Amino acid sequence: MVEVMYFAWVRERIGEPREKVETTATTVAGLVDELRSREPRYAEAFKDLSALRVALDQELSDFDAPLAGVREVAFFPPMTGG
Amino acid sequence: MTVRVQADTFDPGTVLSDFANDRKNIGAVVSFTGVVRDDSGTLDRMEIEHYPGMTENAISAIVDEATARWSLADCLVIHRFGPLRPGAQIMMVATAARHRVAAFEAAEFLMDYLKSRAPFWKKEFQRDGSTGWVDAKADDEDALTRWSR
Repeated sequence: MVEVMYFAWVRERIGEPREKVETTATTVAGLVDELRSREPRYAEAFKDLSALRVALDQELSDFDAPLAGVREVAFFPPMTGG
Repeated sequence: MTVRVQADTFDPGTVLSDFANDRKNIGAVVSFTGVVRDDSGTLDRMEIEHYPGMTENAISAIVDEATARWSLADCLVIHRFGPLRPGAQIMMVATAARHRVAAFEAAEFLMDYLKSRAPFWKKEFQRDGSTGWVDAKADDEDALTRWSR
């Protein structure tokens, strides 16, 4: 079970800021595939991974990263601070 | 070192004078204040979303990297979130060092990394009701390469 969080337009497309997800995926990419197959809104949000960033337990990571031991996965567009 | 992530406004003048006050070991203070810009005169507000927890950690890591690279007496980062009107302060960076080169370079480094590595997202709300997320610029990502070593 992981906590999955969405920010900015990813949150708007999915329609929730966070949810608990039961997953058997071993990598972020595997989790994305599971989410995509759920409903069209997920497929739409995860259509182009090059437009997305991922953080694992609040550290920037990448889509190949393993999920073992991770509690919190966040998906969001490139950041626009400053 | 000070990192503040807040909804409240702040007065850059007061922050800067408090930051610079009563230091005897420095010769330079540099500050930058980011302001909500409205080029077309149609912007109602900007709303800044962030990732509570990660935001503070990411900024602290950027500050740690700046203090490792330059000899700084102190540095400060304030970044706001929530709804901001045109002309409002979004964020502020200040650095204090013995010499100006370190103070200027560290302030630029902090700005470059805050743009692309701190989890904030800006959404613009126009007065006619249209909205849009601000896209990250390739230039902002490219700006990081000059600091790579």
